Amino acid sequence: MSSLVPTGGAVVVETPPPTLQEHRVPVVPRAQRSTLAQVGRVVGLLILIIAAMTALGPLLWTLTTSMRTPAEAFTNPPQWLPLHPDFSNYAAVFDKIPIERFFVNSVVVTGLIVLGQTVTCTLSGYAFAMVDFPGRSAIFAAFLATLMVPLQTIIIPVFVIVRYLGLADTTMSLVVSALGNAFGTFLMRQYFMQMPRELGEAARIDGAGHFQVFSRVYARMAGPAIATLAILNFSGFWAEFYRPLIFLQTQDNFTLPLGLVGLQGNLGTGSISVVLAGVVLAMLPSVVLFVVAQRYFIAGVTAGSSR
Amino acid sequence: MATVTAPVAAGARTPERPRRSNPIKQGEGRFGFAMIGLAVLFVTVFTAIPIVASLVLSFFSWDVISPPEFIGMENYRRLLDDGPVLRSFGVTIGMAIAIVVLQLSVGLGLAVLVNARAQVWLRTFFRTAFYLPLLASSASVSIFMGYLFDYKFGVVNYYLGLVGISNVPWLTSGFGAATTIVLITVWQQTGFTFVLFVAALMAVPTDVLEASQIDGAGGWRTFVGIKVPLISPTILFAAVVALINAMQLFDQPYIMTKGGPGTSTTTVTISMYQQGFQNLQFGYGSAIAIILLLLILAITGLQFLAARKLVFYQ
Repeated sequence: MSSLVPTGGAVVVETPPPTLQEHRVPVVPRAQRSTLAQVGRVVGLLILIIAAMTALGPLLWTLTTSMRTPAEAFTNPPQWLPLHPDFSNYAAVFDKIPIERFFVNSVVVTGLIVLGQTVTCTLSGYAFAMVDFPGRSAIFAAFLATLMVPLQTIIIPVFVIVRYLGLADTTMSLVVSALGNAFGTFLMRQYFMQMPRELGEAARIDGAGHFQVFSRVYARMAGPAIATLAILNFSGFWAEFYRPLIFLQTQDNFTLPLGLVGLQGNLGTGSISVVLAGVVLAMLPSVVLFVVAQRYFIAGVTAGSSR
Repeated sequence: MATVTAPVAAGARTPERPRRSNPIKQGEGRFGFAMIGLAVLFVTVFTAIPIVASLVLSFFSWDVISPPEFIGMENYRRLLDDGPVLRSFGVTIGMAIAIVVLQLSVGLGLAVLVNARAQVWLRTFFRTAFYLPLLASSASVSIFMGYLFDYKFGVVNYYLGLVGISNVPWLTSGFGAATTIVLITVWQQTGFTFVLFVAALMAVPTDVLEASQIDGAGGWRTFVGIKVPLISPTILFAAVVALINAMQLFDQPYIMTKGGPGTSTTTVTISMYQQGFQNLQFGYGSAIAIILLLLILAITGLQFLAARKLVFYQ
């Protein structure tokens, strides 16, 4: 890979001297550890606990405050446990904004992008990994070059193209302009490259066509990579704010993040618990998916760094 | 005898594989083009053409209503005199550096501490805790953090008041607003670097660590002398990704402060949004976008150059 992770330019560092024997050397026994080291371990755990409280605190406050009446929402000290949960805010969100509409829009946009990219990235990733065609490496290099370009740099022409296609102010504008993804293609290519070529050759000899080799042999083994790509796209597009802000004008077409920011702007500080109820509702699908498919979220983070 | 030597000689002369005659390869070229067709179409229309179009547009004056007019380098000349826009580059670079430094050091520190724990349930708990902020959208984060950092009623100032630090102007002063946005971005994004570093640290071979222990290296020396060099490719990767993201910071300042107070949190992307989409100056907006792209490319290039000296590849 040329753009994000370098493979060249290695600096040889002297390898540590070999150990005396080949067998595993026992680590220093527990009893001999200095008290200093033990203090260090306790301090380390304390730091971790404080960090975890910092990470979770704002989320917990959001959840409990969404269950307080608007009048008590801003009273300090904050209530960290929902002792007297009040769910009226959740009903209020539906009254104040068409949140069910935003929810459907978000589901449609995110779902179609996830599906569409699964198709475009899997097909192209397979071709770049397994199929010989003229100009393959040049086209792939051009793909990778687009990875460096930030969305903001191309947003004005993309907006113009979307308008030209007659998609201005539609949810479909968000979908269509996100169906190609060089990173997704790269991710799928890396995965297919690890697969043995002999399987496909054997299938060919048995009379399978090129597409059958792909669909019946290799695509069936690509499940984990497809899941990782799908989760990456879900996280990215479910949370997306920038393109919806620019592409959409009509409130009925808004996705959840854009709709919630609008809700926050319209309501004063008097009903923050209503806004927070909306925030919780918007985050719920992500949390559910995270519980179900945590390892693909983690795989998505490390996906780009593998060489 | 002749029949044996002939193929060898032929093979030596033509190293290329006999592609045409291989029935397995037949029709592969056309099949390849068909497979990449969709991806090429979408990447071309919505990424490749827009890159060129952005560059071209930056030499034009265009208000979307009347036809574009070629003005040469005028947009770039104007940019050099445009105080607020130039300031937004300074604001962006300053905030980006703060975000990257904090995100990497905190992420690495937490990863080392978690890796030192043997209990699986503890590691799972901390990994989940640090990852959860990433599940909220940056819009949601901006909303609830805006309430938490509220000057009068916010929880943060309430607890600071208890320890004698009262009325910190988190979002109502220039420096405070920039600091708040840096802090909440780090709060949300550190889980990303944390997960990367935990994975990298787990891949450090234990025999290397044991060897250093036998040679008498303590925890700190093992960390600096062995772990950091071994995971340096991951550190570089995290730094590049974090910096590219931070240079594009938009959602948090747009939602929390609208770039204010004054222009203290107006990032380049907010400048570009204001000029391009609010003032409808597509040409000038494109010029700002092109400069941002060049800046990102330059900084990333510098990072890789620096990495040639510092990064250790096995």
